[in-house]
Amino acid sequence: MNFSQHILSILIWLPILGGLGVLALGDGGDTSSARAGTMRLVTLAISLLTFIVSVFLYLGFDGGTAAMQFVERAPWIDALHVEYYLGVDGISAPLILLTTFITPLVILAGWKSVSSRSAQYFAAFLILEGLMLGVFMALDAVLFYVLWEAMLVPMFLIIGIWGGERRVYATLKFFLYTFLGSVLMLVAFIYLYGKTGDFNFFSFNEVSLTLTEQKYLFIAFLLAFAVKVPMWPVHTWLPDAHVEAPTGGSVILAAIMLKMGGYGFVRLSLPMLPDGSEYFSGLMIALSLIAVAYIGLVALMQKDMKKLIAYSSIAHMGFVTLGFFILWSIGSKSGAALGITGGVVQMISHGLISGAMFLCVGVLYDRMHSRQIADYGGVANTMPVFAALMVFFAMANAGLPGTSGFVGEFMVIIASFKANFWFAFVAASTLILGAAYTLWMVKRVLYGEVANNNVAELEDLSPREFAVLGILAASVLIVGLWPAPLVDMMSATVEHLLEIVSHSKLPVN
Amino acid sequence: MHSFHLTIVLAPLAAAIIAGLFGRQIGRAGAHWITILGVGLSFVLSVLVLKNLYWDGGAAENYNLYTWAVSDGLRMEVGFLIDRLSALMMVVVTFVSLMVHIYTVGYMKDDAGYQRFFSYISLFTFSMLMLVMSNNFLQLFFGWEAVGLVSYLLIGFWYTKESAIFANLKAFLVNRVGDFGFILGIAGVVTFTNSLDYATVFANADSIAAQNIEIFAGTPWNAISVICILLFIGAMGKSAQAPLHVWLPDSMEGPTPISALIHAATMVTAGIFMVARMSPLFELSETALAVVIVIGAFTAFFMGLLGIVQNDIKRVIAYSTLSQLGYMTVALGASAYGAAIFHLMTHAFFKALLFLAAGSVIIALHHEQDIRKMGGLKKYLPITYWTALIGSLALIGFPGSAGFFSKDALIEAVRDSHWLGQGPIYWIAYLSVLLGVFVTALYSFRLFFLVFHGKERMDDEVKSHVHETPWVITAPLILLAIPSAIIGWFTIEPVLFGGFFGDAIVVTSAHDVLGRMGEEFHGSWNFLKHSFVAGPVFYLAAAGVFTAWFLYLKRPELPAKIATRFSAIYRLLEQKYYFDDLWIKGFAGGGRRIGQFLWTRGDEQLIDGVLVNGTANSVARLATTLRHLQTGYLYHYAFAMVIALTLFLGWLLWMH
Repeated sequence: MNFSQHILSILIWLPILGGLGVLALGDGGDTSSARAGTMRLVTLAISLLTFIVSVFLYLGFDGGTAAMQFVERAPWIDALHVEYYLGVDGISAPLILLTTFITPLVILAGWKSVSSRSAQYFAAFLILEGLMLGVFMALDAVLFYVLWEAMLVPMFLIIGIWGGERRVYATLKFFLYTFLGSVLMLVAFIYLYGKTGDFNFFSFNEVSLTLTEQKYLFIAFLLAFAVKVPMWPVHTWLPDAHVEAPTGGSVILAAIMLKMGGYGFVRLSLPMLPDGSEYFSGLMIALSLIAVAYIGLVALMQKDMKKLIAYSSIAHMGFVTLGFFILWSIGSKSGAALGITGGVVQMISHGLISGAMFLCVGVLYDRMHSRQIADYGGVANTMPVFAALMVFFAMANAGLPGTSGFVGEFMVIIASFKANFWFAFVAASTLILGAAYTLWMVKRVLYGEVANNNVAELEDLSPREFAVLGILAASVLIVGLWPAPLVDMMSATVEHLLEIVSHSKLPVN
Repeated sequence: MHSFHLTIVLAPLAAAIIAGLFGRQIGRAGAHWITILGVGLSFVLSVLVLKNLYWDGGAAENYNLYTWAVSDGLRMEVGFLIDRLSALMMVVVTFVSLMVHIYTVGYMKDDAGYQRFFSYISLFTFSMLMLVMSNNFLQLFFGWEAVGLVSYLLIGFWYTKESAIFANLKAFLVNRVGDFGFILGIAGVVTFTNSLDYATVFANADSIAAQNIEIFAGTPWNAISVICILLFIGAMGKSAQAPLHVWLPDSMEGPTPISALIHAATMVTAGIFMVARMSPLFELSETALAVVIVIGAFTAFFMGLLGIVQNDIKRVIAYSTLSQLGYMTVALGASAYGAAIFHLMTHAFFKALLFLAAGSVIIALHHEQDIRKMGGLKKYLPITYWTALIGSLALIGFPGSAGFFSKDALIEAVRDSHWLGQGPIYWIAYLSVLLGVFVTALYSFRLFFLVFHGKERMDDEVKSHVHETPWVITAPLILLAIPSAIIGWFTIEPVLFGGFFGDAIVVTSAHDVLGRMGEEFHGSWNFLKHSFVAGPVFYLAAAGVFTAWFLYLKRPELPAKIATRFSAIYRLLEQKYYFDDLWIKGFAGGGRRIGQFLWTRGDEQLIDGVLVNGTANSVARLATTLRHLQTGYLYHYAFAMVIALTLFLGWLLWMH
């Protein structure tokens, strides 16, 4: 078996099988037992190994081509022409790296925060990782759909078992949204299958479709992806899910799962339905701008730190969808690629920053068991190292140049100015709103006199926590100071995507 | 020279990182030595760079260090443009920064955050240098935001103080309002030139000017006017021009050394520098220049008036800074970019001096900042007294001082700006800078007399401890007093009339007021003599000093009577024309109310209440029934899978 020919399968199955192994190993019913300790180390080792494999993927990746790389293809259900078909290009590769990078950090961060059924908890994250990686690699619609749905199971369990008090409401809402969205995506796949006779994404890209067909299919995809992004007005599940999820769940949800929506738009909606996408681009731009401005204002008023960051995520993801759908407004001018590239960079950056912000809240929650801003104040007095890191991530969240948060927003703002002054005007309001909601929270939580006895007794970061946040801070800084490697990875793919999108798929009479 | 340039920026950065991350290991002395050495090295090398460019006739250098990213044909680079404009800024920044570093050793000596403070001011120096040395808009914005970040951290340096953490949030957010315009301006530049590189953009300035942009349908506006005004909004934030000035007085909550460095000498002049750097663009839009001049004139005059009613020693100087920045802005609007930069330079020296002198007074009085509790300090603080006098004289433009040459030249340039015509804009600009001279002299010497002369109003406890501050504090005062006193003599001719800036600043011939003034310039001495006969400037300043003397030394009971008599005007000044209310109650309060409305009405009631929960409730009822059969949430999901698969298979069977 050749390693490089099966690197994608290894990335999917290593964490999944590893997760099953961890489940089998168990923690002996006691999270402080030696067996539980071994189990945690095994989990960490598997996630690190997965990350190392993905580094080989990065090293072997050729940024100069838009073709699918590391392709694996085998028949799965012959009768229906369903295939086990995997591959990566310049858009999926960064997302795969993000996933393998974040997972070990989440495992490390959750080292001690789970008090019951810890083996199941860690196994869920490993299995989830494998499934999410699969979504970013699948090139067959059935495979994609199965992974897309299966991925929700571990997340569902993570929130449902280890979640907060109102987890019933949150999981139900989460379930309702995702279920309705995904079912329509499946219907769309079946319809396309009826046209092409197989489930290959490339066949879907090539088949000609009338505008009416494209419109319906676009709406079917839109529901699936808009819920994931999430876009206004189907976003209200996210704050609830975040608030109830344990820290690790929030991080994975914000850092990676939300990216599924954006990924779906670029992998499916744009290339498969160029005319439908164009038809709805005005709506998509409007919803994106509403996310930036409306949600930015809503974030300002949140009293719960996790809710605030959840709303901030929605506002930031507005830049992703804005970057993807302004290309028709730009017209003949260059700038379309800048918008799409900016959108993808924003996905990666948001993965790092929102993950870090949720981890920061987790650090505080582990100590004080409160997410309410009002319960804090003056934390910088007792946790100076933590405060320094949290201010850094807050600045990154506010899009400060030199951090990754700036890169995507800058590109998308430029691209939207090329499209329409007012698009850029609303998008740029994030400079004010993003700084306002993030730094106001920082002021109330970190600064000021020590607010109460609980804050006075806080202990600063442990070496483990410091390592997790430090690694994230370094990555946010590196991407901010030198985004070229990331941007170069995707540029050929983005150009190719634009080439596909620019060709109408309407049937020629 | 390339290694020089790199060392100039990296030395303070390295020092900042070491002092910041390893402050505990290297100790207090280690932190101040390493940062002072870092900035000192930058200063020496900056002087050498300026020497090379000016005396040795070296050519300006423009090169890229590394490619930040390339996308869609847009090259985003990090690089340096080192011409005489940037070199002059580098020398000013590193010199003032060095003085402030040394001063800080004394001023912050008892502070627990000593290493952190040094780390921040060195990081600031790095950021400011990146800003002025940039050869492109991206790096300019990077430096722009980085100095804003450090300013935020330093205003809130004493983070337990409620007023400080309010002030730093306010400063950051008001600056972000400016940056909002600035980034749109940059996006506009890219839209019309597809480049972020200064040289490329300036070369294409004419083609921008030839295009229109329709912001409102049916009303085409000249693209270059729109872009320049957007860029200038950025400058208004950073250089605290009305109505975005409200953050600067509050920024005085930060420790005094950074008030001198960041909020007087360097960061706040970044906007002035930026507009001067963008002169090839601004020259093409008289609309934008008119906006610049009116905003500047308003700030110069009306912010100066506010200085008269302040009682906090640092706030008086802060309003003075606002007013002087307004002067520079007026000069920019009058196309006298050189005069603006010249005043920027002299102002950096004498205003840093005044702030540091104020800091010296503050620590001598054990952190007393209220000038009503000072007085008669001359005999206790002789060095502070004499250096503060030099600073104040320079500020009011006393003949021969540095401030005299820069301010007189500036006012003359405005007076002779014929392209403005004789319309209202000309008179607003000219009268503001002219009457501002009287106001400047009045508030400056009100402060000076109340602090150093007259009755000693301290309580006895304080009085018994007052003595001159240690040499680490007085030495920077002296070193700043020297250029404040004399630098104008040597520099007015080369900087203003000698074509010093070369190609760095572009002025169209119709606007070239400095060029015309240069033809009539016959040396500093003649310029000085000329000032007594040429116009009212000198007499206005003298009248201001006299008024201050009369009101605050001769008849100290009068100001209170005047305040009562004209109580409406006094209240308007005391409330700072209600600009703070506009921002805090109007914009910030309004934003919060809208946010609350959208959240509770939009998200909670409409979307969740009607759309989601309505559906959810019906599903919940179903789920509750089903939950009796099986426990765990996995069931919900399995349920979904079953339904989905049924649909899927049913569809396939039906099709086959």
